[in-house]
Amino acid sequence: MTEVVLETRDLVKYFPLTRGILFKTKFGDVKAVDGVNLQLHRGETLGVVGESGCGKSTLAKLLVGLEKPTSGSIVVRGRDHSRLSGEEMRRARRNIQLVMQDPYTSLNPRMTVGDIVAEPYQIHPEVAPKGQIRKRVHELLELVGLNPDHINRYPHQFSGGQRQRIGIARALALKPEIILCDEPVSALDVSIQAQVMNLLEELQNELGLSYIFIAHDLSVVRHIADRVAVMYLGKVVEIGKDTEIYDHPTHPYTQALLSAVPVPDPTLRGHRDQIVLQGDVPSPANPPSGCRFRTRCWKAQEICTTTEPPLQPWPKSAHPSACHFAEERDVIHATQ
Amino acid sequence: MASTTEVQATLEPSIPGTDPKAALLAVHDLRVEFRTRAGIAKAINGVSFEVDSGETLAILGESGCGKSVTAQAVMGILDTPPGFITGGKIMYRGVDLLKRSTEERRQIRANKIAMIFQDALSALNPVFTVGFQLTELFRKHRGMTRADGKKRAIELLDLVKIPAARQRINDFPHQFSGGMRQRVMIAMSLALDPELLIADEPTTALDVTVQAQIMSLLADLQRERNMGLILITHDMGVVADVADRINVMYAGRIVEKAPVYDIYAKPSHPYTKALLESIPRVDLKGQQLNVIKGLPPSLIRIPPGCAFNPRCRYAQDVCRAEPPPPLYPVQPQINSACHFWKEVRGDD
Repeated sequence: MTEVVLETRDLVKYFPLTRGILFKTKFGDVKAVDGVNLQLHRGETLGVVGESGCGKSTLAKLLVGLEKPTSGSIVVRGRDHSRLSGEEMRRARRNIQLVMQDPYTSLNPRMTVGDIVAEPYQIHPEVAPKGQIRKRVHELLELVGLNPDHINRYPHQFSGGQRQRIGIARALALKPEIILCDEPVSALDVSIQAQVMNLLEELQNELGLSYIFIAHDLSVVRHIADRVAVMYLGKVVEIGKDTEIYDHPTHPYTQALLSAVPVPDPTLRGHRDQIVLQGDVPSPANPPSGCRFRTRCWKAQEICTTTEPPLQPWPKSAHPSACHFAEERDVIHATQ
Repeated sequence: MASTTEVQATLEPSIPGTDPKAALLAVHDLRVEFRTRAGIAKAINGVSFEVDSGETLAILGESGCGKSVTAQAVMGILDTPPGFITGGKIMYRGVDLLKRSTEERRQIRANKIAMIFQDALSALNPVFTVGFQLTELFRKHRGMTRADGKKRAIELLDLVKIPAARQRINDFPHQFSGGMRQRVMIAMSLALDPELLIADEPTTALDVTVQAQIMSLLADLQRERNMGLILITHDMGVVADVADRINVMYAGRIVEKAPVYDIYAKPSHPYTKALLESIPRVDLKGQQLNVIKGLPPSLIRIPPGCAFNPRCRYAQDVCRAEPPPPLYPVQPQINSACHFWKEVRGDD
């Protein structure tokens, strides 16, 4: 396996729940991210999937340093990001950049495209000498498939797909090794999604980038990711190569999630193994004891209430899966 | 003392002139434009389709293709101004809705044609409990007392499988989760037993597991009540799971009509074909995604001829000339608005 560029060790983020205005008293925690261990290798794409509220976006914020972890560490090239001083952190951020979900709100409407893409150079002046910035911005716009003549236009003069390209150009400005994409295509129309995904793949091949690709759309993640981590209520419940997760899922939650994804092929209608989950995701402020999925799981037994299953390979699961009864079940292909 | 028939009439208003044998909903050559400062945006340019009881018609398209405006025009909830219906007919059971009074349309909207929206949180009134909002329907349209209305409201919440309906009826919309809110919306739309339900992106804002719950609920309810369902969506996966027939829209026109199995097996319009090739599938790995180059056109300046021609790999000079291609009959039930549908299908 290639070199590990980023690693999280028992990463935890709790948001305190407080009562009162003057004398705040803490009465609980929202356990947004609760002990996540991930490794990202050079040049690979790690997909992170899960439903709303599972902690994917908090994980993204922790990784780029927008939130401080409650405990645990984020190690990038041997250095623990969570223990860096302010100045060191500013430098370290250059190496890990973020592409955001909504290309309509993540670009300042009063700045021109040139200023938006050049802004990273103002924050990190040591990266490019002043005289070179304009030229760099030109190159970046060309790299993401935008016309460099449009450098003086404003974001509203671009379509959604083009705006997302501006966001990608801005993320590439500081030549990072790692790009974190938080739902980068979910706000785009289907015909535009493919354009942006293809661009991300080309850039990866050209520049040797490593991606962490966070999305709720499992089809998109399957297309782009080499490895996939499935999150539920702040924890990774299953992790493996894309074929392991999609074709041989062993955790009941992964199976339910995959079976719910509609496949654009009417001939599969009624021929797939459908699992319709009952109820909603429990509150992360008060997660169930033991296995967090047990309240919605059809396999739950006594042991699931008392003992939390570790994320590890099991007799019937070659890749790590956090279930006492991990067992393969094909849910996306025709089975009948 | 009013006779029973009179009471019945006020309870279930019938719309004069309707023919129960006519199609449930037939739209003929509908045209809608928005008069804006930037110019006239032609949102719908001659759309025709039919839906009958018990069938599901999907209207598929990307943002700005006119699918939601079509629904708004049928419901009579188009914002006027800036939106104006400039031509066409909307026939409900043989009656042209566009010629009816506001009050009659209100009656039809309540009793015959109902709609559910994408964002249930903004479609429900935040300052009233869901119980009040459901009961109001029965009080206004059925003349029920509060107590009777409340009973019916609880039944409805049970019908859409909201647990502990008796307690939850006193909750406000924000106290429900996204999926539960969408269930409340469905309950509300079904309250007065409509014959036709229009669902505008009903699951777009929801997570996949919740989406599956809501779609299976909708499909069950439709089957039980033999309703017509118009499903407006951009998601080709959802459509493949539930629709009987599909109309694909592009720049305010229907470019292809076909039964669901045919359209996925053998699309007859280049836009449909390109869309199908550009979506990643959860059950396939490493497929090459085909990109549709360019952008959908501005509705203020729709290209002459076929609106898709600047992005189309089959385009010839004839595609750039007026008039735009008509909906050619390809096979029984299949129509394609492409001069080169034979090439697109690969037929000889």
